[in-house]
Amino acid sequence: MPFFEAFRLAIQTIRAQKLKSGFSLLGVFIGVASLIAAWSIANGVNRYMTEKFAQTLYGVNTFQLRRRPMFTPNVPDSVWRAWARRPRIRFSDAEAISEGLTVPVMTAWQSSDQVTVSYGNKEARDIELTTASERYFDIKNLGIAMGRPFTGEENRSGAPVAVLGDAVAKRLFVDRTPLGKSVRIGGVPYRVIGVVEHQGSILGFPLDRFVVVPALSPAQNLVNPPGILDAFLVKARSDPEMREAMSQAEGIMRGRRHLRPKQDNNFVLDTSEGVQRFWAGISRILVTVIPGIVVVSLVIGGIVIMNIMLMAVAERTREIGLRKSLGARRRDVLRQFLAESTAIATVGAAIGIFAGIGLTILINKISPLPASVSPASVVLGVIMGAGVGVVAGVYPASRAAKLDPITALRQE
Amino acid sequence: MSTVQLFRTGDTPLPDVIILTHKLTREYDMGSELVRALRGVSVQIQKNEYVAVMGPSGSGKSTLMNLIGCLDTPTSGEYWLNGQKVSDLADDELARIRNKEIGFVFQTFNLLPRADALHNVELPLIYAGMSARSRRDRAAHALQRVGLGDRMDHRPNELSGGQRQRVAIARALVNEPSILLADEPTGNLDSTTGLEIMALFRELHDSGQTVVMVTHEQDIAAHAARVITLRDGVVATDQARAA
Ligand SMILES: Nc1ncnc2c1ncn2[C@@H]1O[C@H](COP(=O)(O)OP(=O)(O)OP(=O)(O)O)[C@@H](O)[C@H]1O
Ligand SMILES: [Mg+2]
Repeated sequence: MPFFEAFRLAIQTIRAQKLKSGFSLLGVFIGVASLIAAWSIANGVNRYMTEKFAQTLYGVNTFQLRRRPMFTPNVPDSVWRAWARRPRIRFSDAEAISEGLTVPVMTAWQSSDQVTVSYGNKEARDIELTTASERYFDIKNLGIAMGRPFTGEENRSGAPVAVLGDAVAKRLFVDRTPLGKSVRIGGVPYRVIGVVEHQGSILGFPLDRFVVVPALSPAQNLVNPPGILDAFLVKARSDPEMREAMSQAEGIMRGRRHLRPKQDNNFVLDTSEGVQRFWAGISRILVTVIPGIVVVSLVIGGIVIMNIMLMAVAERTREIGLRKSLGARRRDVLRQFLAESTAIATVGAAIGIFAGIGLTILINKISPLPASVSPASVVLGVIMGAGVGVVAGVYPASRAAKLDPITALRQE
Repeated sequence: MSTVQLFRTGDTPLPDVIILTHKLTREYDMGSELVRALRGVSVQIQKNEYVAVMGPSGSGKSTLMNLIGCLDTPTSGEYWLNGQKVSDLADDELARIRNKEIGFVFQTFNLLPRADALHNVELPLIYAGMSARSRRDRAAHALQRVGLGDRMDHRPNELSGGQRQRVAIARALVNEPSILLADEPTGNLDSTTGLEIMALFRELHDSGQTVVMVTHEQDIAAHAARVITLRDGVVATDQARAA
């Protein structure tokens, strides 16, 4: 029997057995769609974490001098206590590094804490107050939507001026302009001079609930004891220059802390690498676990299809017996069922691709997960979904095709 | 009936012998008991014979027919068809024999319910590898031959029992097989329709077709020239009738 014949036959049978074909199609469709969607979520989260998240937290080619790392997942208590015993970073440390570095860099001071910001009788609670120096905006790549950032002069003089995050501006001023208005930050009056561009969110965490004020302005007392800062940010022009600056800064700090060669650093030079390394761990789990789950669900789906097919084949065993009694060889029967399940699987996979991509877009829209379709997932989804569909269709038929025609014909 | 060869294991049948079984057995292992449906059946049937197989229910008639039709495999013994030892053949060769040498008519018709008469008759030709156009011509011709030229696009459920059996006969004949086998072809038909089918068989036999047919009914068997009677899985009598 030529393949064309098998295919024509397949179309006829699919039309005739709409319910069974529908179920098998559904199985393949769900397999392919879920595989693409799950993979796309893993892929999207992964890309997001490595590209955007790390950069948002740290900035490009930037390191931070801190008492302890900013991103600290799964740290035991003993380590926390050791970190808490470390000396804090002082203004003088930052100044010494600024003077000591021979690599061209951009630097900023930074300290943060949660405060309440109010305007008249309106309040915005749990706002992150950041006391920083003027280059903070450049290093963090925070664009100004309205007004201006504060200047180096305002920073040094400790001028009570504030740049609001988008959410804070909206909360306190709705659609009126905040510029020139006086807000109270932790009770201290400040004049609003700028609003930062909308930053969106990361994995559901809003990034616009902050206010930035000069490091030496009155509110510094709300954040840290005098002369202390959380982090000293250093941004170089390239990765090698950043590494050079880091090793210089390390030397300067070790000198200032009088550390002997054998002693460990009692400070950290923190980069996005830590986050990325941590994330690589998670994404490795995601990349192995999600396809694993999908494979398992596909296998289960495949078994379901196979059972439907087995039932259908039991019904069709008589047909197989009849065809064999009229001269069909085992391979003719197989070819017929192969064509049939291939046709079903192809259609199922095609719809599955669209649904998978649609689902990905939907997840992107309505959930914080930054899903993004990866071509590999489409290819894999089709291969696996369709493969399962075909195997599930052909295997039961091949069993029936092995029977003597009369045995098959007698089956009820 | 011409001379009957005294066949022994190791012999080859004479050229005119189209069907030869030698000590053919078929047992069904039912777990608790062994059902011996055939217990050594040796028969020879020659070209252009018209043979009826009779016997009480359970005597092994269908079992024998299925073995002769290559729909089933014997437990032991030899089966020769057209000078070829079928009992040794592999699956694909058996398929070819079912396709080219045998036309089988079942009591229950066994038509594909979703296909029209023409497609049902076409099936053996598909597996013979014939082109679509010649298939249709041949199938249409076979349907005309059984008097169904005007029912080609009817599905089985749009046909009467007699018409369905005619479709099945057309399908059995379409590949011009060496033997036409029929297991109670009139069993599901009323007596008038049964007689019509018997007239058709007679016609086929008269035009040179070898026919072997199982039946319960004496007056149906009367159409045949020779009657083989089975009892408990062995041949009880084998008689030629006066023509
Ligand atoms: N598939 C099978 N499994 C087990 N036993 C079987 C099978 N087919 C037939 N038999 C047994 O073999 C014996 C012969 O059966 P067979 O169908 O050949 O009888 P028959 O002469 O055709 O009877 P009937 O006139 O009722 O059609 C019976 O005892 C039957 O029960
Ligand atoms: Mg019977």
